[in-house]
Amino acid sequence: MLSIKDLTASINDKAILKGINLEVKAGEIHAIMGPNGSGKSTLSHVLSGKSGYEVTGGSATYQGKDLLALPPEIRAREGVFLAFQYPLEIPGVSNVYLLKAALNAVRKHNGLDEVDAMDFLTLVKSKIKALDMDEKFLYRAVNEGFSGGEKKRNEILQMAILEPKLCILDETDSGLDIDALKIVADGVNSLRSPDRSFIMVTHYQRLLDYIKPDFVHVLAHGQIIKSGGPELALELEEKGYGWLEDGQVAA
Amino acid sequence: MSASAQEINNLINQDYKQGFVTEVAADTFPPGLNETIIRQLSKVKNEPAFMLDYRLNAFRHWQTLKAPEWAQVNIEPIDYQAISYYSAPKRKEDGPKSLDEIDPQVLDAYKKLGIPLDEQERLAGIAVDAVFDSVSVATTFKGKLKEAGVIFCPMSEALRDHPELIKQYLSSVVPISDNYFAALNSAVFTDGSFVYIPKGVRCPMELSTYFRINAANTGQFERTLIIADEGSHVSYLEGCTAPMRDENQLHAAVVELIALKDATIKYSTVQNWYPGDKDGKGGIYNFVTKRADCRGDNAKVSWTQVETGSAITWKYPSCILTGDNSVGEFYSVAVTNNCQQADTGTKMIHIGKNTRSTIVSKGISAGRAQNTYRGLVKVLKSAENARNHTQCDSLLVGDRCGAHTFPYVEVKQPTAQVEHEATTSKISEDQLFFCQQRGLSAEDAVSMIVNGFCKEVFKELPMEFAVEAQALLGLSLEGSVG
Ligand SMILES: Nc1ncnc2c1ncn2[C@@H]1O[C@H](COP(=O)(O)OP(=O)(O)O)[C@@H](O)[C@H]1O
Ligand SMILES: [Mg+2]
Repeated sequence: MLSIKDLTASINDKAILKGINLEVKAGEIHAIMGPNGSGKSTLSHVLSGKSGYEVTGGSATYQGKDLLALPPEIRAREGVFLAFQYPLEIPGVSNVYLLKAALNAVRKHNGLDEVDAMDFLTLVKSKIKALDMDEKFLYRAVNEGFSGGEKKRNEILQMAILEPKLCILDETDSGLDIDALKIVADGVNSLRSPDRSFIMVTHYQRLLDYIKPDFVHVLAHGQIIKSGGPELALELEEKGYGWLEDGQVAA
Repeated sequence: MSASAQEINNLINQDYKQGFVTEVAADTFPPGLNETIIRQLSKVKNEPAFMLDYRLNAFRHWQTLKAPEWAQVNIEPIDYQAISYYSAPKRKEDGPKSLDEIDPQVLDAYKKLGIPLDEQERLAGIAVDAVFDSVSVATTFKGKLKEAGVIFCPMSEALRDHPELIKQYLSSVVPISDNYFAALNSAVFTDGSFVYIPKGVRCPMELSTYFRINAANTGQFERTLIIADEGSHVSYLEGCTAPMRDENQLHAAVVELIALKDATIKYSTVQNWYPGDKDGKGGIYNFVTKRADCRGDNAKVSWTQVETGSAITWKYPSCILTGDNSVGEFYSVAVTNNCQQADTGTKMIHIGKNTRSTIVSKGISAGRAQNTYRGLVKVLKSAENARNHTQCDSLLVGDRCGAHTFPYVEVKQPTAQVEHEATTSKISEDQLFFCQQRGLSAEDAVSMIVNGFCKEVFKELPMEFAVEAQALLGLSLEGSVG
C-alpha cells in the first residue's frame, strides 16, 4: 500500500523529517507516537501534499505510484485521506454540500457516476447516525461553531463517506471525552477492512485500547527511533519517551 | 511563494471569454465633444426638438462641473475630447425592421455571447433589447408584450413615439445636474431601454437589455428608464460585455426607475465589462448613476447586482423611499481581481412613513484589487418608524488586496431603527488544502467558498442569471490566492 523510504523534508529551510522509513501493507493499522514537535503532523502533511513543505530526499510509493509527485487533490481521489489535527472552518459552505462535492470528485476520478441528491442523502444519513451526530450538522457551515469533539467526528464522517484506502488520522483522539472517543473508535473500526490501511498519530494509549494497532512506531526528532507491536505503546505509557530519546542521542 | 499558491496564480490568468472584436461597417462620429456634435447626434437620431434643448442644457451644465476625485480610486484623467460619442453598425434607412436587416456580423456577435436574438432560439419568457455600441440593434418579443400593454423599446424610439411619458419622467429621478457623469450622459446618451408597465399589469416575461461595447475609442452612454404604473410588476435584467482593448473605455450610464403606488420593480445586473489585463492595462471605466424612486405608497424596488468586470466601477444604485410603507432593497456581489477597483454601494433615502430598506453587500477582492463599499442610509424627519438593516461582508483572497467599508448614517427621526453589521474574512491556503484533501481542485474550492459567501445575493437573482453569475464568479476568481 505505502512504502516510505529515507524521506526527508524541511519547512522554511529547517529540516523536520530526517529520514523516515515505513512500510504499510493493506489492512494494517500503524500507530505513530512521539513527543510534541517531533514531526508527526509534518509527516501527515507531506504524505497528503500540503504546500509549504520541501521534500529534500527519499520517496513515498503508494499503490505503485510516486505519491509525492501527485497534486493533493489527486492523492485524495486516489484514496489518501487525512483527518486533520485541527479541522478548518469554511463559513457559508454547508457540510452536506462539501461532502457531496467531495464524494463526486472522488467518484468521477475513479470512473463512477456522480451520485444524485437523493441517493446521497440516504447514504449520508445512514453514516451520520452511526456516528451519533445530529442531522442538523449536515446543513450547518463546515465546522463553523462546532465544538472540538464535533469537528473530529465530522472528520470521521467525511472519511466514512469517501471510503479512502489509506487513512491518516492526526491526533483524532485529542480533545475527545470518553464517550466521543468510543464513537470515533467505532467509526474507525467499522471501516477496517483487508484493503484499507490506517496510520494513526496519537499520544495516548487509550485510543489504542479501542483500536488495536498492528504496529507502533515512535517518531522523535524527525526519525522513527523505535518500532514494535502493541506492547510498545503500553511501555511508552509507563515510561514516557525519555529512555528512547537518550538512546537516540547515544546512537 | 508556495507551490500551490503559484498554481493558483496561474489559474487566475484565464482569458476574458467575451473579449472578441466584431468587424462591422459602422457610422462613427469623429472624436470630440462640443455643441455641434450634440446637434449632430440629436439629428442623426431623429429626435424631437425638446430633446435637443434637453441635451444642450445638460452639456452647458456639464461644462461648469469638475471631474470628481475619489479617495479610494486611482484613475488617470480622462480626455473627453479623445472619445467618439456615437458609433453604430451601418444599417438601411431607418433602422432594422426585422432581424434580416441587421448586419449578420452583429447577430453573430450576440450569438457568441450566448444571446441569440432570433426569437425561436431565445429562452421562452425573456424579452431582450440588444444595445451594440451606441444603438439598440434589436428588441425581441415586442408583439407579445404589446398585447399586455407593456412598452419595451429602445430609448431612441421612445423619444419619438412616447414623448409625453419621456417629458414626464426623464430626469425626474436623476436630474441633469445630479453629478458629473449624469450631466455628461444627459448630453450625449445614445440609446438604452425604455419600459412602461401600465396600471395593474404584471409583465408577462422577464425583460432584459444586453449591452455590448464593440468599437474602439468610443464611449457608451446609455440611458434606461423604467416606469411601473400603479399596481404593476416587472423584473428587468441587464448584462454587459466588451472586447479586450489596451486603452480604457468609458461607460457612463444613467438608469432611472419609477415605481408608483403598489408597484414593484426588480432590477438585476450581471456586469462583466472587460476588466483590463492582469497588469491593469485597458478595461472599462464603469461610472453609472442608478436610482429608483418609490413614488407611491407600498411601492417596492429591489436592486440586485453581480459586478465582476470593469477596470473601475463606481456606482451606487439607490432608492428614494417617498411613498409610505415603500420598500428598497440592495443585494450586491462585487468582485475585483488583479488591478480592478470597485467603489460601489447604495443610498437608501427614507422619506415616507414605515419605509423599510435592506442592504446586503458582499465584496470579494483578489490579486492586488481594491474593493470599497460606500453606503448611505438617510432617514428624514418625516419617515416615522423607518427601518434599515445593512449587512456588509468582505472576503479577501490572498493578502495583497484590500477591502474598505464606509457606511454613512444620517437619522433625523427618533423612531427609526437602523442596524449595521460588517465582517471581513479571508480564504486561507489551509482552507484550500482542506478542500483539496477531500478531492476538490483548488479552483472548485475557491468557487465553492465564494459561492457560499454570495449565497444570500444569488438567491435574489432570476434563475437563468443565477447560473450565469456563478459561472462568471468562477471565471473571474478561480484560484486567486497568492
Ligand atoms: N511553518 C513552520 N515554520 C517553521 N517550523 C515549523 C513550521 N511548522 C512546524 N514547524 C516545526 O516543525 C516541527 C514539527 O512539527 P509538527 O510536525 O507539527 O510536530 P508534531 O505533530 O509531532 O507535534 C516543530 O518543531 C515545529 O515547530
Ligand atoms: Mg501534530
